[in-house]
Amino acid sequence: MASILSARGVTKRFGGLVAVDHVNVEIEEKSIHAVIGPNGAGKTTFFNCITGFYPINEGKVIFRGEPLVDIPPDQITRRGISRTYQNIRLFANMTAIENILVGQEPHLKSPWFGAVLGLPATRKEEEAAHEEARRIIRFVGLQGRGDILAKHMAYGDQRRLEIARALASKPKLLLLDEPTAGMNPNETASLTHFIRQIRDELGVTIILIEHDMRLVMDISELITVLDYGQKIAEGTPVEIQRNTKVIEAYLGRGATNPTAEDDKAEQPELPAT
Amino acid sequence: MTLNWKQVGQYGFIMGIAVWYVSLVGMVETFDSRGIIDGTMLTLGRALLLTIGLGMGYVTAWKVAKGNWATGLITSLISGIIGGVMAALLVIIIDTTNIRAMFVNASPALVEILTFDQESLAVGLMMLTSSLIACSVVGGVIALLPNLIRRAVISGLLAVLLMGMLGELLTVVLNRFDLTEALADFLYGRNGLSVIGAISVFIFFAAVSTLWATQKEKMQSGVENLPATQRRALSWGLIVVSVLFLILLPQAVGPYISQILVLVGLYAMMGLGLNIEIGLAGLLDLGFVGFFAIGAYTVALMTTTGELGVSGTAIADYSNFWVAIPIAVAVSAFAGVFLGIPVLRMRGDYLAIVTLGFAEIIRILVLSDFLRPILGGAQGVLNIPKPAVAYVNQIANQLPFYFQSVLFFFVSTDGRIKDPAHFYYIILIGCTLIGFVAYRLQYARIGRNWMAIREDEDVAEAMGINLIASKLLAFGIGAAFAGLSGAIFAAQVGSVFPHSFGLIVSINVVSLVIIGGSGSIPGVIVGSLVLVGLPELLREFAEYRLLIYGALLIVMMLVRPEGLWPSDTVRREMQSDEDVEPVPVGQTVPRSV
Repeated sequence: MASILSARGVTKRFGGLVAVDHVNVEIEEKSIHAVIGPNGAGKTTFFNCITGFYPINEGKVIFRGEPLVDIPPDQITRRGISRTYQNIRLFANMTAIENILVGQEPHLKSPWFGAVLGLPATRKEEEAAHEEARRIIRFVGLQGRGDILAKHMAYGDQRRLEIARALASKPKLLLLDEPTAGMNPNETASLTHFIRQIRDELGVTIILIEHDMRLVMDISELITVLDYGQKIAEGTPVEIQRNTKVIEAYLGRGATNPTAEDDKAEQPELPAT
Repeated sequence: MTLNWKQVGQYGFIMGIAVWYVSLVGMVETFDSRGIIDGTMLTLGRALLLTIGLGMGYVTAWKVAKGNWATGLITSLISGIIGGVMAALLVIIIDTTNIRAMFVNASPALVEILTFDQESLAVGLMMLTSSLIACSVVGGVIALLPNLIRRAVISGLLAVLLMGMLGELLTVVLNRFDLTEALADFLYGRNGLSVIGAISVFIFFAAVSTLWATQKEKMQSGVENLPATQRRALSWGLIVVSVLFLILLPQAVGPYISQILVLVGLYAMMGLGLNIEIGLAGLLDLGFVGFFAIGAYTVALMTTTGELGVSGTAIADYSNFWVAIPIAVAVSAFAGVFLGIPVLRMRGDYLAIVTLGFAEIIRILVLSDFLRPILGGAQGVLNIPKPAVAYVNQIANQLPFYFQSVLFFFVSTDGRIKDPAHFYYIILIGCTLIGFVAYRLQYARIGRNWMAIREDEDVAEAMGINLIASKLLAFGIGAAFAGLSGAIFAAQVGSVFPHSFGLIVSINVVSLVIIGGSGSIPGVIVGSLVLVGLPELLREFAEYRLLIYGALLIVMMLVRPEGLWPSDTVRREMQSDEDVEPVPVGQTVPRSV
């Protein structure tokens, strides 16, 4: 299988802290790939390294055969990587439609003076963009809510809108950072279905950070486990479930050794980066 | 129901303090020169005191009673008594001890005003206290009235206050025409409105407000139900009427108000430019006057007949106002982009400080000895000719008499644009042009991108928006608008001096954008009318201008943070907060591990 993105020895340091430590990951095209790990394991930092939010200290990220080195975030998006955020970061005072229109930015070409002069090409592009935005609104199931300000939408709708905005740039690779955080089981189930639908219908490769293990085991084809910035395991859901290192990372060292007295689950409660 | 007596006391105390304050800073005495109703019956000075009573009574009843008549009346009465007694106390203090060493304005004249010119101090004090109490209760009653009536009463009172305050000016305007002269005689007395006039104004505006409130929706739905052709005809009709109104306005109101309209227009142009930076892109620019200065100096140097200009050089023959205007706009835009480059990475407060410094640098550079040979230093650039419209006389000679008068409606007979009434048209064209460009940009892709940057810069960048290009464009276009404004200003005033470009201009522009409604084009126009137009009409109170400004800003931020005429989006957001259950974006949520 062709890999769409490969991270080779990606390292990110914050002062003395190594948040991402020589991580190698290959993401297969049109796969759903989960990145899991305890809080503070460096998952979101890893995302930020891919999307150009943080410059990488060592290693490189190769996307569709080309290295992404010293490329600003807007250019990375234009190449086909799009993302959502762990804490929803919509344009709060803009409507749902407007949020999606901004998401289409990589495909809009008309210059600003075209709008001032009312050039036909600009008008046509704007009309097409609005049409596309309404189509995306329907695709994510937010029809009829296009004119609501993002901050007034229900929490689950905001999550969907964020995905809609990310899809508007027609990405090849979609990074979802905890898409089901704060959702109830019903909403999670429907979102799981939706994520699979994105992959199947749009052919978008998806990398997913998620804490909901049922969802992760349900939809991902490969799982990468990070702990303290290092990749400690990688494999199919079944392999990961049996992996002792993973169980240790999540439940503490005692969990795999029944004779040890100290079997209190020791979970690092660091804030997720 | 337990009442919050402490709160009632606080409001009464605030009323008293406000009365003390406006009296001791001299506002009451200065304002007393302007009559509102029938000269001495109600002057602006006393109206100020009574408005404080009304306002605090209103607030007391509104906040404490919450629609309960009995408690509303009692609480506004009590806060009125506290305020009234404090006011009386002030009079007694001024009358018995000499505090003028500290408070210059605590004069016998003030006591006379406060005691309603009564011979006996006791009677005067009674009148002062009882009128404040009465006003407080009336304010309380207004607060308790049903919405429709309350709005009507408030509109009527405001109209009386405004029309009385601007009486002198309105009389002059109305007396220009035979048709309206009778109206002026009817409404106005010696100093301010006549009693009959005041009552008619009150009834008229209360009625208009009620009609508007009750019929607005019916009219809107009526218009919406019209067939498309008729609706289009209606909107075209409205446009034609408003264009005609704007064209005839300076001729109708005379030179003084035209002059004020010119100033309002200059500020509106700057406001529209700054609105792109602050309102759309969220770039807080406190040095906006710098671009205004650059536009003004460009035109000044290119057109002056003095020694600083290009008059002696080869390009002098081709250089005039009309050539200088586009160059001034281009130079300002370039300066905007140039300033933008170093501050691209700065956000919020840091950006504000740097832009503030930029404007000061420009002002100090202009003042410096180093650039004196080029820019004229503190003496500025003089003898800037008025813009000429070529061949006016030749064209006029070819035209029949009637069209000649139409032509000279817009241009002076010597073909130069010099009267305020004629300059008004240049400003009108400039404002229309800028307003059009601003509107088109705001509702286009670039406008959305600016808003996205304002909302969340990092995410905007991650969406594929080129931050550098977008921000520089915002700086450039904003600066270009200010440059156009400055260019017209230079030609209109006829000379430019560094001191015309002080920090206060930037502050005015920021205030009018925010008070008008950040991100709203009509808001900027309303903001400049209120913040530039009104103070010009009340020139004699200029020393209190900043005080009133500050008070207005604070009140606006507390009562109506979205501005006088908010943009559609902001209005939706700020008013629907109560109905919609808001889910704050970016809230932290419990996560399952």
